[in-house]
Amino acid sequence: MIDHILSVLIFFPAVAAVFGFIIHKDSMRAYGVAVSVIEFALALWLWFAFDSNVSGMQFMELIPVVPSFGINYILGVDGISLFIIILAAFFTLIGIASLTDTKNVKNMIITLLFLQMTMVGVFAALDAIIFYVFWELSLVPMLYIIGAWGGPLRIYASVKFFLYTFAGSLVMLVGMLFMAYFYYQATGVWSFAILDWYRLILPESFQLWLFAAFFIGFAIKVPMFPFHTWLPYAHGQAPTIGSVILAAILLKMGTYAFIRFSLPLFPDASVFYMYPIAILAIIMIIYTAMVAYAQEDVKQVVAYSSVSHMGVIILGTFALNVEGISGSIFLMIAHGVVSGALFLLVGVIYDRRHTKMMDQFGGLAHVMPRYATIFGIMLMASVGMPLTINFVGEFLSLLGFYQQSHTLTLLAGVAIIVGAIYMLAAYKKMFFGEITKDENRNLKDVNKRELLALIPLSIITIWLGVYPKPVLGPINNSVESIVQLMHDKATSVEAKIRIPNVIEGIVITRTPAGEAH
Amino acid sequence: MLAPVNVSLESLNLMTLAPMLIPIVGALLILVIDLFKSNLDKTLYVGVSLLFLFMDFFALYDASTIFAQDGTMLGVFNVMLIDGLALLSQFIIVIASMLFIPLALTHKRFHEFSYPEFFALFLFMIGGFQFMVASDNLILIFVGLETASLALYTMIAMHNRDKSFEAAVKYFTMGALAAGFFSFGAMVFYALTGSIEINQIAAVLAGNGYADIGYVLVGVVFMLASFGFKLSIVPFHTWAPDVYEGSSAAMAGYMSIVPKIAAFVVAMRLFEFLIHSGVIWLEVVLYAFVVITMTAANLWALVQTDVKRMLAYSSISHAGFVMAAILIGTTQANSALFLYWILFSFTNLGSFSMLWISRQKHLPDGQSSDHSYDKFAGMIKTSPMAAVVMALFMLSLAGLPPFALFWGKLYMISSAVTGGYTVLALIMALNSAIAGYYYLKLIVYMFMKEPVVGVNGEVYVSNATNALKTIIGIAAVGTVFAIIAVNPLLEFITAFVYNSGY
Repeated sequence: MIDHILSVLIFFPAVAAVFGFIIHKDSMRAYGVAVSVIEFALALWLWFAFDSNVSGMQFMELIPVVPSFGINYILGVDGISLFIIILAAFFTLIGIASLTDTKNVKNMIITLLFLQMTMVGVFAALDAIIFYVFWELSLVPMLYIIGAWGGPLRIYASVKFFLYTFAGSLVMLVGMLFMAYFYYQATGVWSFAILDWYRLILPESFQLWLFAAFFIGFAIKVPMFPFHTWLPYAHGQAPTIGSVILAAILLKMGTYAFIRFSLPLFPDASVFYMYPIAILAIIMIIYTAMVAYAQEDVKQVVAYSSVSHMGVIILGTFALNVEGISGSIFLMIAHGVVSGALFLLVGVIYDRRHTKMMDQFGGLAHVMPRYATIFGIMLMASVGMPLTINFVGEFLSLLGFYQQSHTLTLLAGVAIIVGAIYMLAAYKKMFFGEITKDENRNLKDVNKRELLALIPLSIITIWLGVYPKPVLGPINNSVESIVQLMHDKATSVEAKIRIPNVIEGIVITRTPAGEAH
Repeated sequence: MLAPVNVSLESLNLMTLAPMLIPIVGALLILVIDLFKSNLDKTLYVGVSLLFLFMDFFALYDASTIFAQDGTMLGVFNVMLIDGLALLSQFIIVIASMLFIPLALTHKRFHEFSYPEFFALFLFMIGGFQFMVASDNLILIFVGLETASLALYTMIAMHNRDKSFEAAVKYFTMGALAAGFFSFGAMVFYALTGSIEINQIAAVLAGNGYADIGYVLVGVVFMLASFGFKLSIVPFHTWAPDVYEGSSAAMAGYMSIVPKIAAFVVAMRLFEFLIHSGVIWLEVVLYAFVVITMTAANLWALVQTDVKRMLAYSSISHAGFVMAAILIGTTQANSALFLYWILFSFTNLGSFSMLWISRQKHLPDGQSSDHSYDKFAGMIKTSPMAAVVMALFMLSLAGLPPFALFWGKLYMISSAVTGGYTVLALIMALNSAIAGYYYLKLIVYMFMKEPVVGVNGEVYVSNATNALKTIIGIAAVGTVFAIIAVNPLLEFITAFVYNSGY
């Protein structure tokens, strides 16, 4: 079974979801928890069986789907995707376990299990078309979650979310088809396998166009600065569980895809676009931080701060060196844990007061001390306090980019201080001072079910902040091989300089570039 | 005194006629049955039609094995041309017809199915379409086209509603115009080349190096207009939404598939040699037609308030999308056309059948059309299974992976990329995104809105019988599990298209 662990991880939740239709609705929650516990255990088993000394793909599977057109079902996992898969399993588990009273809970859990299939599929797929299948399919459950359980503007928000991402992905699909065509021209066979594409060296002019096509698809998903407008709506209208999954996992698809596709496929273009993207990322960090400061709705604060931190991830990715990329992958996990936890925390107070407006609160620390403590820990993690999980990722990302540009890194560093300001201001408004509203006097502190989700998240936040090595080690290993691949593939002089040579003397097999036209 | 014509029977290769003659014999048999005993139940006629379609299918299967061995066959004074295109399109025609005809077994009684003539006309129509695709003789194509079209007009009118008479007359008028254009075009080509066989025309034109390019263009314009009407290419599409609305949903679904594939095949035979011999003007015009048809039809579909009209515009848009294959003209593009159309026929027949089973005989008060979006509001609560199936078809039409139409779109866009039409590939991709909106709109209504007061789930399946549910089940299975079938289909299609020289 360990040979097919990835397929099992992908399709177990889907099969369980199909069986979910026959489960009685009163038992549905228990069923959902059971399924996601098994799934999480399988994910941990994957980690246990994973050899952290190997930098390449492990547990690979290959089934031909459309061999005459080069589409194969190829799966594999390396240090980059391993932890995001575990994170996806983990968040589905705590999402279902902490699900508060929802109407149609049965449909919700079935939808979540389908969503889990698509999430694991995206991070395990090593064939562009299979990747694309899961990438697109993930839109449907999310559309339903926002559209059926969301706030008053839910239909607008869900349709905007769907169409925005769908349009971007179609441009990316054209890019993928081009890539496959270039591979066909160079080798005479169709292939959509990413590992095959890695061996193809394209002329820089092609790289620039293809990078742009992929960029549109990924940037909308992240979402990067000019394309981010769908996200506040989606977060604002989505139910708690939807926001948690969206922030923790779905957004990571975009940043993950940058590392899996854009960087190794188009090293020269990555260097070419490094500064424009870095500037976009810094605008995104500063601008959304300022917008977050102006919000009155605590969920929007968390949503904009989540976008702001995604900017740091992008910045780290486009540092194009081992520190930066490892840092950005670590920050993806950190951001997943922290912003997921923050959305859960917002959900806790929303369940009690049915409002998310900060001026309705104040002095909550008196009535809900445990809630205030956990919120405080997560807030500190979010602003990047040392010894919390976010610090490691942010520090490494900025350290990586510092080697490319000092000024831009300084700007980004300043932006993180802005982040501290708005988060602390929000915390002050909600938790400190006297209780001004009578409704807040008798609020109940977090209950057991909520603690079940929040305590493990707090533990992870501090544990990985103090000792990140178990996660950072495998990540680093795989990133080194990617950076080396980029260095070897780079054709322009500037790219050779910008992308460091990690290991001396390793030669990769390559397909000659000149013919690829 | 005429000299006796001496032709050996073998040289006629009469077996090439077998697939077309089978439905015609079936139609005659139905008429004969009716002569001896009238007022028989429609189930008998459905059964007989299905039997003949199965026979037709096996005749086709036979012909395709012969084609796989010996290549293209000619027959009957070289009028019949059985090549890969003819066989593939006949497969589509026959299979789509087999899926269509059981839709007559509705729960409610509808006027047209009580006449045996309906089924006779149906089989005549199939024979007509089969003749149309299995020839490169412009006269035989014309005869096939008119046989089929006249039968189709009558079948639409037999639905016996005010709107269906309007639809039939509209379709008939436009069809007559198209037929006129076709014969004019054929006349011009005959005048230029002294032949009515497409391959002869191509040879003569290539021989004199397109000396009379002006006249060629006149011929092309007439032909384009004619096929524009048949394929509902914008700006010749105006009849389509009204005709779809006026005919029964099942008939509309059928019309969006079978007549079009027949027209596509003829267009492929005629236009591809013209494009590739450097008639730049035609390439530009076709390019414009493809882009405008895709985009404009999508934009119209966005503003429809009736699901059936939305699906009508979406069918126009899909036709424009597929028309791109004729413009690109590579083997990959032509294979993509057939792949797309096979996958499309499952999905589109399925979605029109979903409308068909929710057909109300009499409109409730205050409702102007039978399939307004409002009717489907909150369907997930009252009739969850039907809502899920309908959503599947919509997602497939939108091109969401891994459902059927995604693979067609993928291969079609890939053929545009490979053929060097980069901008076209992008336009096709973006049009799929626009189309996403109106398919999504129905899903939003079904899954996210509250049900209309006073509607219970029965209205969505009021017309359903086991036969209809089976057809929808087949369509749904074909839509969901298309991924398994894509590879064998693709290999089969590519081999057939390649061996026919396209």
